[in-house]
Amino acid sequence: MAIDKKTVEYIAHLARLDLEEKELEKLSGQLKEILDFIDQLKKIEIKDIPATSHILPINNVLRKDSPKPSLPINKTLENAPEVKDNFFVVPKVIE
Amino acid sequence: MELYQLTAYTLIEKLNRKEITASEIITALERRIKELDLKVKAYVRIPNLDFSADYKNINQDNTLLKSLPISIKDNICTERNNTECCSKILAGFKPPYDATVIKKLKEKGALIFPLKTNMDEFAFGSSTENSCFGPSHNPWNLECVPGGSSGGSAAAVAADEAIWALGSDTGGSIRQPAAFCGVVGLKPTYGRVSRYGLIAFASSLDQIGPITKDVKDAALLMNIISGYDPLDSTSVNIDTPDYLKALVNDIQGIKIAIPKEYFVEGIEPEVKAIITEAIEKLKTLGADCQEVSLPHTKYAVPVYYIIATAEASSNLARFDGVQYGFREKSSDLIKMYKKTRQRGFGEEAKRRIILGTFVLSHGYYEAYYLRALKVRTLIKQDFDFVFKDFDCIICPTSPTAAFKIGEKIDQPLKMYLSDIYTISANLAGIPAISVPCGFTKRGLPVGLQILAKPFNEPMLFQVAYTYEQNTPWHKMKPKL
Repeated sequence: MAIDKKTVEYIAHLARLDLEEKELEKLSGQLKEILDFIDQLKKIEIKDIPATSHILPINNVLRKDSPKPSLPINKTLENAPEVKDNFFVVPKVIE
Repeated sequence: MELYQLTAYTLIEKLNRKEITASEIITALERRIKELDLKVKAYVRIPNLDFSADYKNINQDNTLLKSLPISIKDNICTERNNTECCSKILAGFKPPYDATVIKKLKEKGALIFPLKTNMDEFAFGSSTENSCFGPSHNPWNLECVPGGSSGGSAAAVAADEAIWALGSDTGGSIRQPAAFCGVVGLKPTYGRVSRYGLIAFASSLDQIGPITKDVKDAALLMNIISGYDPLDSTSVNIDTPDYLKALVNDIQGIKIAIPKEYFVEGIEPEVKAIITEAIEKLKTLGADCQEVSLPHTKYAVPVYYIIATAEASSNLARFDGVQYGFREKSSDLIKMYKKTRQRGFGEEAKRRIILGTFVLSHGYYEAYYLRALKVRTLIKQDFDFVFKDFDCIICPTSPTAAFKIGEKIDQPLKMYLSDIYTISANLAGIPAISVPCGFTKRGLPVGLQILAKPFNEPMLFQVAYTYEQNTPWHKMKPKL
């Protein structure tokens, strides 16, 4: 699989990274090397093999829907870069 | 012997007999850290070192641990104490709550050491060189890496700058640094220890575990941190045995599998010779060792770097400069996200986010991610098959001893391959321990890895304890 600078640029946009030109160059080279290595997986016959997304049997974990104390608002906000009243502040989203 | 050299178990006995006080231990550790950490750099944010009255006026006589200090990796949340994953993007983050393991330790009277231990940023790495604070140094040779990602915890324990420590292991991040630093490191069965409050790297692989001076301390620490937690939906609701009871100095008749794939290309001849000698030792102690095959071993690294980066790229989406940590200002929301993440993440974090996003992206999901999940099944089946006939598996923890700082930092693929013997246990969810088993001619420690089937930590402890009690390695200390 070929991964070029343009692909990395597109992926960086999806991942919300503002990569610099020289990072795009370097990463596309390194990713090509890593993907070539990963491509050895194509040699394995996987047709009837089930996928393991979780290693142990996983069940839905249910609990009673009863109110109990949660983190108070002031504690929730104390690490935020910018706060106004009881809200996180972000740049304007709607014109 | 100085107090900081002793094991947690020995110190607790001394505290119980009132021969010493917890304050004396903390003062001794403080002195040791001031003396050594400029060289070892096991801890981060040292200027924050504050052994205030809070930590010295302690009285927890009725508890198990009696204010015995424990050092914590920088990715495990400690309330109101900086937890930054050694990343710029979490600069200044003080968690509003304790991780479940921290809560459990406090309930038993542990003193959570105020300084956190160094790590590769977000646990991405095998050397601590990816920390935004710079690398830690191996106490056995300061020019070498301590391993990673829990390199700070392992170096602190090896240099007697910590009594014992917690690390986290996603692909070997507890066991490989434990091996490189000549200490004991255990990755528990997936689901054995709560991940609540562990800042997630790859949620289907991560586990918190002990890094200690001997096997007994690892068992004691597992007794405290294991167990079901309603706050972690993947934690498993089965009873925790008393792991100290598994410390029996006897492996007569224990069936040990030696996987031949772990002794081929890539392993340093010296490491191979030391492991072979350790296997001979286990045989003389009565174990029945036989060669087996884990045929899909060579696919573990490529599978891991698909699954782990895919999960990491999703988990790290939460770092966007809104709720916590660092923010780069911009008048536009998307630009704010992009600039914050660009400046906040280090090189390896960006590499993994890009790779993970790529393998999950439209058109590649099936070719990479789905295929990796299927090969993961095959890797797990290899282990299931061997554990039908054997009690445990023995192999090296790492193909090499500690490498030089800077040696692999610009070759990501080479760095990834240093996890080749540890990754499979995470993919299969099984427990594995690394114990010291000798030294190379250059004086660097080598680790012996023992793996068992899910929830059979007692088997790991029995074999590790027996080996340890019949060898001198765990008593050796680096000259610092």
